[in-house]
Order: sequence, then structure tokens, then C-alpha cells
Amino acid sequence: MRTTIALLIGLVGAAVIGARGKGDLSVGEARATGPAVACTLISGAKVYLPGAIAAEVDVVLANGRVRAVGAGIDDASCTRVDGRGQVLTAGFIDANTGLGLVEVDLEGSTVDTDLKNVHQDPAGAVRAAVRASLGYNPRSITIRVARTGGVTSALVVPTNGIISGGAFWVDLAGETRAVIKREPAAMAADISALSESRAAGMHVIDVALKEAALWEKERGAWLKNQRAGFANKTLDLEALGPVVRGEVPLLVTVDRASDIEALLALTEGTKVRLVLVGAAEGWLVKEALAARGVAVIVDPILYGPGGFDQLRARSDNAPLCAAAGVKVLLSTFNSHQVRRLRQVAGNAVRGGLPWQSALLAVTEWAADAFGMSGHGRIAAGAVGNVVLWSGDPFELATRVVKVWIDGREVNLRTRQTELFERWRTQPQ
Amino acid sequence: MGALQVGKRVSAQVLPLLALGLGCATSEPKPAAPRAIIAIEDRGHSNVEEAPKVARGRTLLTGATLLTATGERWAPGWLLIEDGRIAALGDGEPPAAITGGKSQVPVHMIDLRGRWLTPGLIDPHSHLGVYPSPSLRATDDGNEATSPNTAGVWAEHSFWAEDPGIERAVRGGVTTIQVLPGSANLFGGRGVVLHLRPMRGARAMRFPGAPDTLKMACGENPKRVYGGRGGAPSTRMGNVRGQREGFANAAKWLKDNRDKPAGEVARDLAMETLAGVLEGRILLQVHCYTAQDMLDFMQISDEFGFKVRAFHHALEAYKIRDILVKRDIGVATWADWWGFKLEAWDGIEEQAALISQSGGRVSIHSDSAEDIQRLNQQAAVAMYAGKAKGVHVDENDALRWITADPAWMLGIDAEVGTLEVGKRADIVAWSADPLSVYTKADKVWIDGALVVGGDDKTSPWSDFELGTEVGP
Repeated sequence: MRTTIALLIGLVGAAVIGARGKGDLSVGEARATGPAVACTLISGAKVYLPGAIAAEVDVVLANGRVRAVGAGIDDASCTRVDGRGQVLTAGFIDANTGLGLVEVDLEGSTVDTDLKNVHQDPAGAVRAAVRASLGYNPRSITIRVARTGGVTSALVVPTNGIISGGAFWVDLAGETRAVIKREPAAMAADISALSESRAAGMHVIDVALKEAALWEKERGAWLKNQRAGFANKTLDLEALGPVVRGEVPLLVTVDRASDIEALLALTEGTKVRLVLVGAAEGWLVKEALAARGVAVIVDPILYGPGGFDQLRARSDNAPLCAAAGVKVLLSTFNSHQVRRLRQVAGNAVRGGLPWQSALLAVTEWAADAFGMSGHGRIAAGAVGNVVLWSGDPFELATRVVKVWIDGREVNLRTRQTELFERWRTQPQ
Repeated sequence: MGALQVGKRVSAQVLPLLALGLGCATSEPKPAAPRAIIAIEDRGHSNVEEAPKVARGRTLLTGATLLTATGERWAPGWLLIEDGRIAALGDGEPPAAITGGKSQVPVHMIDLRGRWLTPGLIDPHSHLGVYPSPSLRATDDGNEATSPNTAGVWAEHSFWAEDPGIERAVRGGVTTIQVLPGSANLFGGRGVVLHLRPMRGARAMRFPGAPDTLKMACGENPKRVYGGRGGAPSTRMGNVRGQREGFANAAKWLKDNRDKPAGEVARDLAMETLAGVLEGRILLQVHCYTAQDMLDFMQISDEFGFKVRAFHHALEAYKIRDILVKRDIGVATWADWWGFKLEAWDGIEEQAALISQSGGRVSIHSDSAEDIQRLNQQAAVAMYAGKAKGVHVDENDALRWITADPAWMLGIDAEVGTLEVGKRADIVAWSADPLSVYTKADKVWIDGALVVGGDDKTSPWSDFELGTEVGP
């Protein structure tokens, strides 16, 4: 552990560590809400370093990033935060939300997670080109509420159709589109609870992926009218390019083990990377998932059977998958309850997932799965999204003390704070 | 509410079995025979499957931290179960009179060092069995959404006793639930209070002596369901008209039939239910979110002279907590749900704490097959949220939100909800502090019978879950 720390100490201006995706670079300067300070020195906290290794080190945030991590840092130019007795982690990442696309679920005028009536016809089954991010509202009331649970980033995922469109990565501070840090960060698909047969649903995905691969090679021929048309719209095939090139994962909502096996078969020998959402029966095929490097975003709270797709759901799905070497990610699968992510992680631990794995699931591994490896860790050069907790982040008694996004402290007041303050004195 | 309001804070006395006899138990002189409409009620509750026999014998639990939900925390404490009830309990080590060899009755000793004991948890808002797992067209039995007034339907007649969610709830420490119809209708139908022992049907699971309840609904759901079909109600004022009409008709029916002899009562299932509400025999549980909707509903209750036992969900109850406390109306709510519809837009995590601090009765309910597995966690979420903002609530309050207060809302507080002498031995042994996210319910007793944690049997309770083992 000493070696690890030594390597991380004091690397001012270090290169972004392990950044795999170009998308990690912000397309514009995200504006967080805190005051601009040259740097922040958080000292004395129990800090979780990459690999969920705990160390008593100081952390300096500057220029939107973690500038330095090490023991005994003393920089008089920095704003100091006394972290003694507290815990510092990378900001949590919810890997599957509708944040910024939904205000009130039952009010259609505030819901932008899918294409609604216009494209509910079967022809709308493939919507890869749809950019849900064009409907993203960085000022959504839900976003500040999510931050109160120590969540600083989220994958925002469109719904419906069989291929639903591009999911995108957001950081939860700043009120411009610059908070959209990567788009697409994944391509969303859903073969759960289909109204048509599974074979038809799989067929839609199969044809779309095959045609997208062909489109990569034969686009020129098609443009010159030297090639017959495609079953899918060319805009959708273009949008599936990053999926068939293996640049972004295909994020498939699926629970039944046999469906997971079908998806593995359907993508075998291609560059398509799968990330599974739900995967309630994932433990049944955990070795295959591990062998193919497929990550799963599981709900450690659900252990069904919510339907026949979940007949063999188990409360220890997450630890069983993790023990087999599957990267397990976690989510609230929600828009309003994203602040519960830490409780979800706590429940994963309650179900048997090692504590460190649960922390990695909501930080490092979630970032890595979507090509955002500059996020999700406290290391020199990483994005300055960190959270100071009063204790164990997963424990219900623990409070979020401070949150920094892009190196700036963010406001933790919400509309709910104001409601509380207005009504805290009993009305007479 | 008459004699049903037994024992708001019952002291540690041994209570007679069936202290909560349905119907005509009032302080007034008792008639020789029950009125005909009461006899009709009794016939509607007749059983086919025998209820389980109470487990005989003495079991002594020692070494655990006891949280009694009456304000005591004994670390360690001890508790003696005798014939399904709590016979004695206390701080420290049990007296020699119990453990010594002098006693004629053998004592089964269970060492629970490191564990925490609480009363069994009570969820007053569940749709287990009526919206069971798996969620399929064939199991969608929670809302008789064919008319805004279906006061004549009973949730127990939709209840599927094989719902796998029942076992999961008990494994989360829940021992008693109120199963309610959904909220599509203004008058949704009767709810039923169940003790969660696996039985073949709902009636054998009924909590002995628990009053029936009626589920009603305000606000968005009824007007959306019926307005969406071009019918009534389609507005909030339509909701209130429908509710007032229902009670006006019931008042007339009750006047006409209250003292009619058997054979002359004009049987009407909806009216019989509403008459029970008007007479205080049936406890009213009202799904209502906003302050305005609750205020409107309380006016209706004043107009027709009935009582609301608890508002459910009630996410704006904190705004009218003075009124709710004054009227002794319980608030069954969530710790942290909000925003899924407009009437849930003002939900705050400090709600339970604020109401509790004002002297109100609060339940953290689930309304969910998932959250029911972790009511202890949700109570902790609500308590710590309030505490962080300086609201005066503590561990005992949080525990009461999932035990004693919901017991009162269901009219069974003389029987369960606290660890006190004479109460039914519905007890949970937790692996650690029940307000921690990591804690599990290791052992669960219902009426003194160990239903979870007795052996290593892994076979599921539900027939539905048989045949799902994996392997060649």
C-alpha cells in the first residue's frame, strides 16, 4: 500500500490517469455552483484511493481535478478543509438513471426518457440515432436532491423501443450542457418484458448490429448507389458505429439467464461490448459473463421473482457474480431516489458483496465501464469529484458533509431543504 | 371509536386473549344478542381453515440488547416467552427463579449475545398477496377499478397466500401487515390485517381480533382512473362529491337497518362496510397525499361523524401536523419517496421526524414488495434525516414508527407493537443494531413460534418457488 501512495504523492499537473475515452475530456467548461477558489486542501480524512484502499492522506483539488494526494501536504494558498474523523471518497456514480429527463413521472409533459406517442409504433423499435441528451435539463429539481446522497455523476438512459438510443454521462453540477461529459457513453437496449416474442426482439438487435457493421464497410458503396438499401435507417446504423467498433457498450436491460446467453451468442466474435442492466439471473451464467468481460448493473435489493424472467433471482446475485470475476455495478434505476445509491451499496454488502467491491461498483468500475476512467477515483489527475462523509458512506447514520464536483464545492441545499425550513416550526 | 381504542399505551399487564373482540364491545350495557348487522359481519368472517394453534411452552431469550419500543434499551436484557406471549422481561440477567431448576415447566434457553431484540415489525400499507410477485396479468388483483365505490370488496378475497413476497417480508423482520386494495377507487374496499405465518389462505392468517379496515383514496388516482375513461370523478371536487354521496347513502342505510332483526336487514355489501366505519367498528385508512386533500377529507369526516384512523402516504402531513395530532390521526408514510407524481412533489425526508416531534403517530410503511424487506432501514433513514436537521427524535421513535405506532393504526396495539408483558410474542432477533444498513433479521418469532432462523431449511415457503433449483 505504501508504494501505491508514494506513486500518487504530489504529482502536480499529472496527466489524466488511465483515461481510456476521449469523451472524458469536457466539451466545455462546466460551471459548478461553489465559489471559485484556487485550490482546496482536504486534510486528515480517511481517503479511499484507487482499488478502494484506505489511507490517511491529504488531497488537493485544483483546476477541476485532483492535483495531489499524499501525506503531509501543506499548501498555504489552498482553502483548507479539516477532514479528521471523516471519510473521503470519489463521488458516487449511478450507472442507470433518468436524471434530468424526468421531473414528475406521472406528468407526461415533464417526462423525456422516451419518444412517447410519436414513435410508439413497431417501426420505432430501433432508435439508435435518438439523442435523449437534447432533452436533458441540467437544472432539474431532481439533480440537487441526488447530490445530497453523495452522487456526483450519472449515466442517463433513454427507455423504450428495443434499441432505445444513446445513453449519456453527466456530472451533477453546472447548469449548461457542458455537464454532459460523454455522449453516447452507451447505447441503450431493452429486451425485457417485450410484447412481441423474444426471438423477434433478439432479431431486431441482431439485424441492427449486423447492418451497422456492414454500414461501416459499405457506406461508400451505398452513397454511390452501388449497394442495396438496409433494413434499418442509415442514421441509426451510423449511431450504432461506436457500438460495433467496441467504443461504447451496448447497455441491455435483461434478466433471464437464457436471454443473457442469447445476447452473448449474438455478439460472439464481434467487438460489441455488453453491459447488462438488471441481470437478476446473472449468477446462473456468471462464468460466461466473466469470460466475456461483461459488466452487470444489478439491483441488490430486488430478489424477485418480479416475473417469470426473474424466477431464479437471488439476494446474493451481486456477490456471486463478483466472486466469479464479473464487474458488478450498482444503480437506483430511478430519477428521484438517486440519493439512495449509498443505501443500495450498503444492501449489496448486506447481501454478501465485499465492502471494497461495493465502493468500486459505485465509483471506479462504473467510470471504467463507460469510458470515463478519469472519474471515480481519488488520484492525482483525476476529475475533482469527491465527497466528504461523516463516516462509512453506506451507513444510514452517516451524513454527506461536503461535495465537490469539478473541484468546486457544490451547494447541498435543495427544494426540499427549503420546504423543511418553511415548515420546521409547527403551524398553529 | 369506542372500545376498539384499547390501550393506547397499555401497561405491562397480562391481557386476556382476544381482547379486541369485533363488534359490539363497548362500555355501554351489552345487548343480549348481537344486532343482526353484527351477526352478519361475523358470518362474513367465518373460517374454513383452522387458525394455527398457539405454541405452548417456555422460551427464554438472553444476552441480547433489548429495544422494547417503550423507551427502554437494556444491554443486555432478557425476555421470557410463555405460551405464545411475553411472560416477563427485564434488564441484565434473568432471575434465578426462571433459569433455576426449581421451575416445574422446562425452559428452552436461547443465547442471543451480540444480537438485538425488537418487537416484530408492522407494515400498515402492503399489497402483498393482492399485487403479488410475480407481477402478471393473472395476479393483478389489487384494484377493483370498475366503479369509484367498491366498498363491498374485501382485500382478503384477492389475497394469494403463496406470494413469495410474504416470506421475504418476514425475513426482513415483518410479522404483521395490513393488506389494502389499491387506490383507484374513492372507496377501495376492506383491508385486512394479517399475521405472517404461512397458511393456505388469508382468513387463517387474520390477526386474531383485529378490526376490519376500509381503504379510501383522495387526490390524483381516482380522478385519473375514472376521468381518463370519461366518467366520474374526473376532478378533486368530483372525488369529494363521490365520497360525500357514499357516506350520505350509508348513513341512510344504517338508520334503516341498524336495529332490524335478522332476515329484515337489506343486505348491501358496500353499505355494510360503510356502516361499520360510521359506527367505528371498521378503521378508516385513507390514501391522501396533499395537505388540502387531507383537510377536505377531515371535513367530510366531521360532516358524517366518522373518524379517520390514519392517512396513508400523506407526503404533506408535516404541513398540517398540528391538526392531525389534535385529532389523533396517524400518518403512515415513507422515509424518502417523492416526486413520482405531482401530489408527491413536496415530500421531504424530515416528515416523520417533524410529526413525531409534534406528538403525532407515524408509521414508515412500504407500499412496496421491496421496501417491506427493509422497513428497519427506512425508519433509520427518516430518523437520521430529522436528527441531522435538529429535530428531536431518537432510536426509540424510529422503532415505534415500525412497531407501536402502526399497531395503533391497525387497532392491535394492545396485542403487539412493543415488548411488554402480556403481548403476543412477535419478536425479531437482529444480527446487530436494527438501524444499520448491514443488519439482518436472524430470527423471527410470531406468537412465540420461531418462523425464521430455526434451522437450515432452505426450501421456500411458497409453492410457486418450488422447482426452480438449478442443476442437471
